[in-house]
Amino acid sequence: MYMFKYVLKRLGLMLFTFFIILTMCFTLIKLLPIPVNILPGQDPDIIYETLKARGWIENVKEGSNGVYTYDRVPILKQYGIYLSKIITEGDFGIVTTYGEYLNMDIWEVFVNHLPPTILLNIYSTLIGVPIGLGLGIIAALKKNKWQDQLINIFVILLISVPSIVLALMLQYVFCFKLAWFPLLMSTSNNYFTWEVFHSMIPAVFALCLGSIAGYARFTRAELSEVLTGEYMLLARTKGLTKSQAIYRHAMRNSMVVIFPSILSEFIGVLSGSLIIESMFGINGVGGLYLNTITFQDYDFFMLLSGFYTLVGLTAGIVIDISYGFIDPRIRMGAK
Amino acid sequence: MEMTNINNIPVEKFKFADRGDYKHDSKFDTKPVSYFQGAFRRFAKNKGAVVGGIVVAILVLFAMIAPFFTAFQPSYYDMSYAHVTPKSKLFSNLGVDFWDGCKEKNANLVALTKDLALAQETGREVIKDNYFTVDEGGSTYSYRYDTYYGVGFGKYKIITNEEYLAIQDYQNRTGRQVLYPTVKYADRPTQEKNKYDANIYYVTEDPKAAIIRPKLNSEGEVTPNYWKYKADEKKSKLIPDYNSLRIEGQDGFIGDDGQRYFYAYGRNVDGGVEVRAEYYEYYIYYHTEVKKDGITEPLFVFGTTATGKDIFACLAYGARFSFIFAIVVAVANFTVGIIWGSIAGYFGGKTDLFMERITDILGAIPTMIVITLLKYHMGASSQTLVLFISFFLTGWIGMASLTRMQFYRFKNQEYVLAARTLGARDRRIMFKHIFPNGLGTIVTSSALTIPSMIYSETSLSYLGIINLEAGNTTSVGTLIAAGQKSIMANAGYVAFFPCAFLCLLMLSFNLFGNGLRDAFNPSLRGAED
Repeated sequence: MYMFKYVLKRLGLMLFTFFIILTMCFTLIKLLPIPVNILPGQDPDIIYETLKARGWIENVKEGSNGVYTYDRVPILKQYGIYLSKIITEGDFGIVTTYGEYLNMDIWEVFVNHLPPTILLNIYSTLIGVPIGLGLGIIAALKKNKWQDQLINIFVILLISVPSIVLALMLQYVFCFKLAWFPLLMSTSNNYFTWEVFHSMIPAVFALCLGSIAGYARFTRAELSEVLTGEYMLLARTKGLTKSQAIYRHAMRNSMVVIFPSILSEFIGVLSGSLIIESMFGINGVGGLYLNTITFQDYDFFMLLSGFYTLVGLTAGIVIDISYGFIDPRIRMGAK
Repeated sequence: MEMTNINNIPVEKFKFADRGDYKHDSKFDTKPVSYFQGAFRRFAKNKGAVVGGIVVAILVLFAMIAPFFTAFQPSYYDMSYAHVTPKSKLFSNLGVDFWDGCKEKNANLVALTKDLALAQETGREVIKDNYFTVDEGGSTYSYRYDTYYGVGFGKYKIITNEEYLAIQDYQNRTGRQVLYPTVKYADRPTQEKNKYDANIYYVTEDPKAAIIRPKLNSEGEVTPNYWKYKADEKKSKLIPDYNSLRIEGQDGFIGDDGQRYFYAYGRNVDGGVEVRAEYYEYYIYYHTEVKKDGITEPLFVFGTTATGKDIFACLAYGARFSFIFAIVVAVANFTVGIIWGSIAGYFGGKTDLFMERITDILGAIPTMIVITLLKYHMGASSQTLVLFISFFLTGWIGMASLTRMQFYRFKNQEYVLAARTLGARDRRIMFKHIFPNGLGTIVTSSALTIPSMIYSETSLSYLGIINLEAGNTTSVGTLIAAGQKSIMANAGYVAFFPCAFLCLLMLSFNLFGNGLRDAFNPSLRGAED
C-alpha cells in the first residue's frame, strides 16, 4: 500500500512536470510566425482551409491582390483545440511543411520511424548488458589482479573516447576499410531479416560500447563493495563454497543497484542515439527530429518534443520506483 | 649512566630549578599546510592526473596560441587545393615518406605519364623522388603522389587584362614563373571534360578520345603542343602581348626550320585573357600580391577538407571557441548555481521545496528542445548566443544541487551553531562559514563540466543543429562531420585530427578531473562516481 501511494505520487508529479513543459513548448512555438508552404501548382485555398481546420487561424480572406490575410487564434484556445484533438480523436495533426511527408498523419509517420530506433536500442541492450555485467563481475572477483587491470584500462578508454569518435572509428575500420558491413543501414522495411540486422551491427556496437564500459564500472564497484560485507564471511563460515556464496548472496544484493540502472539506461538511450542514427543513416526518430528542426514543422516538433521529454522523465522515475520493488528495505521518499 | 640506585640519589646531584628551565609548548618545526596546499600535494602524487593536467594545459595552449601562428582563417577555402594531404616542412625536407604532402597513388600508364609530363614541364616532384614501382601485371604503377604539385595547372584560367599585366610584372620582379605557354584552342582535346584541362599541354594520340593518351616520341617523352608564332611575322590577334619570363630563353627559340619562334602565353577571350597558370605559383602570387592576407605559400600542416578549408586553422579556431565558450558557461553556471543552491540549502523547508520544483521542471526539459526553440526564435545569426543560453538554462542546475548538498552537510554543524549564537547574520554564516568548506568540491565539479560541455557543443555542431561557420569560427564537430564525408574519398586525415583532439581532450580531462576530485576530497579517493 505504501509503495502504491509512492508510485502514484511520483507519477502525478511526473505528469505535472510533463504538462508544464508541454505548455511552455506549445506557447513558445505558437509565438512564431506560421510557416505556410505553398508549393507551385498548389491551391492556396486548400492550404489555408487546412490551417483553419487545424484551429490555427480564422477569418481567412483573400485580398484583391491575391494576398491572404487571417487572424491567429489565441494561443490558449489553440492549445485547448490541440489537446482535445489528441485526447478525443488521437489526432496529433498533419505534416504541414516537412516536404517528404507532406499532408500525412504525424502519428503515423512517427510510428513508422519508431521500429529502427527501438530495435537499435534493444539489440544494444541485449549485447551490452551481458558483456558489461560479465566484465564487471570478472573485474570484481579478480580485483587488483591483471584481469582487473586489463578491464580497467578498457573501461577507461571506452569511457573517455567520445562516442562520436568511437562510432566514426567503427565505421571507418569495419564498414569502409574492411567492408564487412554496409556504410549505412539498409532502408528495407522488413526489420527482422538478416540483411537489416547485418547492416545494423556497426551502429549497435557503436551504441553499446559506451554502456558496456558504464555497466562494467558500475558492477565492479557495487560487487566489490558487497563482497567485503560481513554476511559474505558468514556465508562462507556456514559452509557455502565460494561460488555458491557469490551467486546466492553477493550477486543478488549487487543487482539491487544494477538492475534499475539498466532499466533507466534502456529507456534513456531511446533519446540519446541522435548521433549514432545520423552517422549510420538509421531511418529512426532521431533523423525525423533533425529534419523537423530544419523544416519548422510545429505539430511534428510538438509530438517529438513530448516524446523525448516523456522518455527522459520516465527514465528518471523508473530508477526510484524499481528500487522499492526490488529491495523492500529501501523505502523511497520515506521520512 | 645506569639508573640502578634511584632511591639513594646523592644530595649534591639536586639543583634549584630556574624559571628558564620550564618547558613551554614549543612551536611546530613543520610549516602549517593549508587546505589548498594539501590538495596540491595530494594531486602531485597522482601521476596520471599530473600527466592529464599537462596534456590539458598543452591543448589549451594550442587553442589559445595556434590561431596567431597560422595565416589561414576558418572562412578560408580554396577548391583547387581540396583534399590536400598534411605537409610539414620538417618532414618533407627530411625526405621521409610521412607528413610530406604526398599520398600513395596506384595509377595506370596514362595517369602516370600525365603526372610525369607535368613534372617534366614544371620541374617539380609531382612524383616523389621520381620513384615508382610497377606491379607484376605491369599495368599498375604505384608511387607517392604530391597532392600540392599534382594540382598542376588545374583548368584554364581566365584573368583580367590588368591581372595579366600584373602577373608579368610580378614574374619580372621575382623571377618566378607563373604563366606557361598555352595551347591553341584548335589543338586541344575535343571532349568537354578534357578541353579545359590545362594539364594537357602535349601532343596527344587521339584528341577526340575520352581518355587522352599522350603521343610519346622515340625517347618515351611527351612533345609539347604549345601555341607558337614566328618572331618576325605578325602574331595572331588572339595572342596578347607578353614581355616576361619565357621558357627556353627570353628571345624565343629556334625552331626546326631555323626560324625564331615565340610561344603564346595567353589567349584573348571575352572578359580577359585565358592563361595556363601553374596553380602553386599562382597561389603564391595571388596571396602575397593581391589578397595580402599573410599566406606565403600553400602549406597545410593538417591538410585540407573536401571544400579546401585548412584543417589546422579550423581546428585551432574551433578549439579556441570551445574552450572560451565552455569556460564562460562554466563560470556563469557556477555563479548562478552557488547563489541558488546556497539559498535553497541554507533556508531549507518550504523555500527549498519550491526552488526544487522549479529546478526539477527546468532540468526535465531536454537540451535539444531548448536549442530548437531558441533557434526558431533567434534565427541562424546568433548561434553562439543560442548555444550559451541553452547550455546555461539547464547547466546551472547541477551546480545548484551540489551547493545545496554541501549546505545541508555543513549547516547543522557545531561551528555554525556557534557563529549563530555569537550573532552572525545569515549572509555571514552562508558565505563566511559554510561556503568555503564546500568550495573545493564545487570548484572541482564545475571544472569537470568543461569537457562535457565541449563534447555537447561538438555533437550539436556535428549534427548540424548549430553551425558556427557564419561568424568566422568553426567547431570541432563541424570538422568531424566533414571528416566523415571525406572517409569515402579515402582522406582519413580530415577526420583524424579533430577526432584525436577530442579524444585527447576527453581522456586527459578525465584523468585530470579525477585527480583533482581525489585531491580536494581525500575521503572520496578511488570512489567510482
